[in-house]
Amino acid sequence: MGVKIKKEDMPGRHKWMSLHYAVLLLMCFFLLAPIFVMFQTSFKVETQIFSVPPVWIFFPTIQNYIDVLVMDRFGRYLTNSLIVGVFSTLFTLTFGGMAAYALVRFKFMGRGIVSISTLLLRMLPPAVLAVPVFVIWSDWDLLNKRAGLILVYVAMNLPFTIWILYGFIAQIPQELEEAAVIDGCSPYQVFFRVVLPLIRPGLAAAAIFTFRIAWNEFILALVLTNRYTRTLPVATSLFLTDHGIQWGKIMAMGTLIALPPLIFTFIAARQIITGLTAGAVKG
Amino acid sequence: MKLASRIHRLSPYVFLAPAVIIMGGASFYPVLHSIRLSFYDWSLGTDWASREFIGIDNYLRIFTDPSVFTSLGVTLTFAAAVVAAELVLGIILALLVEQGVRGLSVFRTIFILPMMIAPVVVGLIWRYLYDTRFGLINYYLQKIGIKPQLWLASPDLALPSIIIADIWQWTPFIFIIILAGLQSLPASAVEAARVDGCSTLQIIRNIKLPLLLPVITVALLLRLIDAFRVLEVVFIMTFGGPGLSTEVLSLHIYKTAFLSQRLGMASAVSNFLLVVILILSVVLLIIANPAKTERSAE
Repeated sequence: MGVKIKKEDMPGRHKWMSLHYAVLLLMCFFLLAPIFVMFQTSFKVETQIFSVPPVWIFFPTIQNYIDVLVMDRFGRYLTNSLIVGVFSTLFTLTFGGMAAYALVRFKFMGRGIVSISTLLLRMLPPAVLAVPVFVIWSDWDLLNKRAGLILVYVAMNLPFTIWILYGFIAQIPQELEEAAVIDGCSPYQVFFRVVLPLIRPGLAAAAIFTFRIAWNEFILALVLTNRYTRTLPVATSLFLTDHGIQWGKIMAMGTLIALPPLIFTFIAARQIITGLTAGAVKG
Repeated sequence: MKLASRIHRLSPYVFLAPAVIIMGGASFYPVLHSIRLSFYDWSLGTDWASREFIGIDNYLRIFTDPSVFTSLGVTLTFAAAVVAAELVLGIILALLVEQGVRGLSVFRTIFILPMMIAPVVVGLIWRYLYDTRFGLINYYLQKIGIKPQLWLASPDLALPSIIIADIWQWTPFIFIIILAGLQSLPASAVEAARVDGCSTLQIIRNIKLPLLLPVITVALLLRLIDAFRVLEVVFIMTFGGPGLSTEVLSLHIYKTAFLSQRLGMASAVSNFLLVVILILSVVLLIIANPAKTERSAE
């Protein structure tokens, strides 16, 4: 605290402060401008999109969204994306929570194994999984089914979820669980009624990460689904190559895909930042 | 121990089973299967019985097939360029804004937005910006006197264009990590140096950067691993073209498996990429052993 006050007194302090903010605002501009262009283009009609010089002020239209969702039946892909995202998240949290609980409370395996396998599995490139999973899924009759895609996403997200939840569960005082056992709860009741409600912040962080990965993932979804089961990113990419480029519609789809992760970011920026930088900075 | 003794002996295994079965079936088994596939010559859509065992031929081809070699070169160029640019930019920006900026959390929220967006969407946005006829980049460059470029359609500029898009998306990642690292540096070391009459640049070079080295190394490795996995942005922006000028390894795997339908060869390249990433990950693990790291999600 004392250090800070001393700094405020330093001459030239004011000049430095405005430099800090200038740098930050410039970064904000460069980072936000492309996203804003997408958002803005999705509300333009064709002539405005192709106009040179670019039009910045115009009367917005929602025709692109209507075209995409109604005319091109993208509602189906939106539904697929939601189903895959929600179920991947539910299964990952349930099974990840159970596994983390077993690892914390029954000390037959160390934290080390979890974190190391988490890290290694997190590095596994989806493109590397695509070929063998495609072959195996056609064998197991899981190809072109949403369940097959959900299964891969759950497997991909489990290690990170277990890792996050491990920390939260380890902090629960064991007396709480013991009391529940004395009251006659089975281990399963202890887990679902006592442990899960106590680790809600951890579940929220894990849910955001899992949902985002399932919602954004592209290459596995491209390989493992067909025209009935494909998700929004896949449908959008195919739209790009099939029909020439209808930028208004494409940008409307892009905005629809981008919106949920952006909303999550504003709700839970702190958790996302800790998750993103986990392990890089200690403490 | 009191609790554990009251609980049914099998319950830890019941709790672990679903996670272990799913990760086994959908992560470990596919990797094993990929190793097996790589020893065969087998085409997509043909009967599994029609495969032909060819030993390590697929792996030998990695080093003789010029398209794999080109693709490896593209991946290495991409990885080196994005990691170097993002580290330098991220560190400079973090050092510039390091001290006492209020409302930093608001800025940090804005900075992570590009990372949250689906890579497919990032590809779309930049493909639109780079468009040769009505793209904003050409338009505003022309305004300041730079003549329009072909960007994604030019063999020389396509890869740099994709690199710029990646720098846009991921520099904030380095920035946030380095900033967190800077803020956790012991204030006493910096103060002592200042009292001794060190200039700001000397403090940065002799005190801050050396102390930050572990954080920088981890950030570098994390980005390097990500850069080797890059696929979606390239898929959308250029699909590897023009020619093979932007065909990264992941995209090469996809094309070999699902366009050329050579599943065995694709598996061999997959495993090669996997080994490269594994080596990087092990280095990362040795440097930043997460088992020693305290709980990071709070």
